[in-house]
Formats: sequence, structure tokens, C-alpha cells
Amino acid sequence: MSVTEKVGRETIDGLAYLGDITILTGRSLRALLVAPLRGQRFRAQRAIHQAMMVGVGAIPILSVISLFVGLIMALQSAYELRKLGVIAFVANAVAISITRELAPLITAIVVIGRSGSAFAAEIGSMKVNEELDALETMALDPTDFLVAPKLLGMAVMLPCLTTWSDFMGLLGGAAFGVSAAGFTFGSYMQATLHALIRRDIVTGLIKSVMFGVVITAVGCQEGLATGLGAEEVGRSTTSAVVKSIFMVVAVDLVFTLLFYLSSSR
Amino acid sequence: MSGQCAAKADLMLTDSSKSDASADHAAAIVVRNLRVNYGNREVLHDLSFDIKAAETITILGGSGSGKTTLLRSLIGLEKPVSGEIWIRGHDLCCISAAELAGLRKKFGVSFQGGALFGSMTVGENVALPLREHSRLDDASIEVVTRIKLEEVGLSGYEDFYPAQLSGGMKKRAAVARALTMDPQILFFDEPSAGLDPIIAAGIDDLILKLKRAFQMTIVVVTHELVSAFRIADRMILIDKGSILAIGTPDELKANQHPRVRQFLDRVPDPENSANEDYLERLTARLRL
Repeated sequence: MSVTEKVGRETIDGLAYLGDITILTGRSLRALLVAPLRGQRFRAQRAIHQAMMVGVGAIPILSVISLFVGLIMALQSAYELRKLGVIAFVANAVAISITRELAPLITAIVVIGRSGSAFAAEIGSMKVNEELDALETMALDPTDFLVAPKLLGMAVMLPCLTTWSDFMGLLGGAAFGVSAAGFTFGSYMQATLHALIRRDIVTGLIKSVMFGVVITAVGCQEGLATGLGAEEVGRSTTSAVVKSIFMVVAVDLVFTLLFYLSSSR
Repeated sequence: MSGQCAAKADLMLTDSSKSDASADHAAAIVVRNLRVNYGNREVLHDLSFDIKAAETITILGGSGSGKTTLLRSLIGLEKPVSGEIWIRGHDLCCISAAELAGLRKKFGVSFQGGALFGSMTVGENVALPLREHSRLDDASIEVVTRIKLEEVGLSGYEDFYPAQLSGGMKKRAAVARALTMDPQILFFDEPSAGLDPIIAAGIDDLILKLKRAFQMTIVVVTHELVSAFRIADRMILIDKGSILAIGTPDELKANQHPRVRQFLDRVPDPENSANEDYLERLTARLRL
């Protein structure tokens, strides 16, 4: 196969994959938004269960990572700001980088590792054990029953986790500000609030909702596409993590570009 | 598509003789000229047969003969390339997803490994179809669940998880779940596979009990001869995707077709014949 053929095939496969996850997301949204209006069942209990699994379980590890990242950001920016004699701006640098970019991204990566991979493994195992076939023969659509509650749980919990990550990241920055940059805790927080505008937080939260949708769609699609055998479940799980990280970064780029273009007008 | 189906239904009613029509009426499942492919390879070749209402039929065949593919086609999990599968007057091949879902509520399926949901208890597994498809309150669903588990000899196991059950118990729990919606047709995929003879005999007894108690149509895919002869009213023997013989257990025992005798008498394929087949498969592409 020539290089051009290979590139062409990979492009077609990539577009087909995008099509698959778009269709899966569309069907899940229909199950969540349209089906209940037609009197069909809304599985609130399953969505709450998924939200608890995705959200509450991630808080300890996300807190520690966000705190460390806030601290690292403060250290890195202080290194340069000190040379310019404006170390007081460390609060601004941390606040903007955490809320706009780092908190949504770190949250997404933690959730991919915990939940995106778990979605792929769970659905993949169900496929191998004929549980998806059993659902179909019980007149239950696997997308409605399995994917839609996960999508709802993720779309609700990702912004919540991102908000928590914002807070912990800022706390990490404050730890540096108080100990090494001459701030009091109060003055650091005041400087942070002064640096932030509503748009910084809102853009981060909008991105986090999109990340939640992407992580669910990729994790579930990989699970549904699992072949036969336990080895295939492992492959699906790995693939879900790698593809989710790529897709999240790609979506991040697109949204950051859109926000940049809209703000520059 | 629906127009095609209507035309097919008309054809079935007008072209068939009166006796055929009455036979179809009595049949729970009618299969006509069924062909199923995996990729480009045809695995079921032009199968036609009827399964009468309240009849227990076993689909026999060796490994790779196509019997599980046939079962998957009958329950709408495999799309045929051509042919018709009529279940209770509906052609599976061209009904809408909503109609298929409605039809599926009328039959139960017990999968080879049980296919119980590992994250749910046995009770939750059995209750699931009722929770999803009925408006019964929790107390009523709990009562029905207990009744179904009692029917398969698993009362008291409501709170166990599938991983805590033995192979035979998993299959019984799967049967209980398949019975939850009081189905008219019950499908079993290899109910005795992987079980010791005593447990397998227990599963056979359970199938016979269900047959006597509920008069339901039961379709069992198996390669266990003892079990198949014990439970069947009629049997279908499949070999390499084609029907080799159909009949009552006595008719099958009397069948003198060499391949039928080989299967029933458990005679292995001659070694050089198997080697020739193997070489033919390997060189098939080279000769194209």
C-alpha cells in the first residue's frame, strides 16, 4: 500500500469513526431529551448512579493533582515574573491559566483514566458475555439503557469537577503566593478575583461539558466495537483512553480558537 | 420496505394452499429459504422449516454447523441475506425496530453463558424486564421475581450476584429472567453445555417442566444428544449450514442418511477426508 493510499484510508477511517460517535451521541441525546416527552422511560436512577461513579469517586485524586498543578503554575510563572520585577502578577497568571485551560484539561484527563476506560471495559465485557445481545432480546436498546445515562451523568459532573479543580488549583497558587510571594491568603484571593472575568470561568465550563460528551461517546463506542475475547476488552480500554485524550485536546483547540476569535471581534 | 412486507404477506396468504395456510396458522415460527452470511461467506444455506405452537424443538448440529447462527437469526440478532422468518405472523426480516421490540417482549432467550448482568443481583436481573416494560409497583415486581426464581429452583438467591452462582445456577437464573414477561416462545442456546451430567439433567427437567406447565413453544439449540432426545417433540439436524434431517426423535433415530448416522452414532470424520477438506479450504483462493 502506498503512502497516499494509507493516508487516504486513515482519513476515511477517522471520518467514519467521527460519524459513529456522532450518531451514538445523537441517539443518546434523543433518549435523554425526546423519548421522555413521548412517554418513554427516563432512567434517572441509572444517570444518578453514573454521576456518583464519575464525580464523587474522582474528587480525592483530582483535588491532589489540581493543587499540585496550581502550585507548579505559580512556581513556573514566578520564575519569569521575578526577573521582570512583577511577581505580584503570579495570582493573575495562575488564575487565568487554571480556569481557562488547565482545570478543564486536567479534569478531563483524570476522568478519561477513571471513567472513560471503565465505560469501554464495562460495555466491552458485556458484549463478550452476550449481555448486549440479552438486552436487545429483552427489547432494551443498549444505547438508551447504557450510553444515555452515562452521557447525562458525565455532562453534569464534568463541569462540577472542573469547578472543584479550579478551586483546588487556585488554592495551590495561593500556597505559593502566601509562602514565597509576600501575599496574605486574603490578598491573594482578592488579586485572583480581580484578575478573573466571568468569561474565563464560563469558557472553561463550556469546554468541560463538551469534554464530557466526547469522553462518554469514545468510551462507549470503543466498548460497543469490542471484538470477541477478553484480549479485545483490553484493546478497547487502551484505545478508549488514547482516542479520548486526542479528541479532548482537539475539541479544546477548536473551542479555544472559537473563544479567541469571538473575543477579538 | 413495509410495502414489500405487505406484498410478501399477501403472497403467503394467496399462493399457499389452504392446508399450507392452516399449517402456517398453527406454526409459531415459519422459516422460508433463509440464507445468512458472515462477510462474503454464506453460513446458512436456504433453510426452510416450521415450528408449531406449544412444540419443543431441538436444533442439533456439530460445532460450526450454523445452529447458533440460526438461533441468532430467529431472535433477530442476525440479519438474513434473503429469506423470511415469520414469528407469530410477523416477518422479522422487514418489521420496524419498534415492531421488533414489541415482538421481543413475547419471547424469552436463555443464552449459553447465561448473559446475566454482572453489576446486578439475581433478583434485579430477573426483575429488569418488568421494571422496563411494565407499570407494576416495586412490591408486585418483587413478588413476580420470587415466583420466577421459585419456578427454576432458585428461591432465596435474589440478593446473590451472578459471580457467586455456579454454572447451573446461572443458567437457571437466566431462564427465570427469560420467563419474567410470560413469553409465548422460549429460546435456549446450549442449555447443558459445560455442565456435569447431573446438573445438565436438572436443566432438562426444568425445560420439560416449563413445557408441561406453560404449553409454550420452546426452541433449544444443543449438541448434547441425550438431552436433545429427552426434551424434543421434533428435531432439526443441521450440518454445514444446511438441514440434514427433520423429524420426531424416533424418525431421526431411524434415519439412515450416512451423515445423520455418523452424528447420532458419534463417529469421527475419516482423517484423510478431514485433511482433504482442510487442504481444499487452504488452496481455495489459489485456484480462483
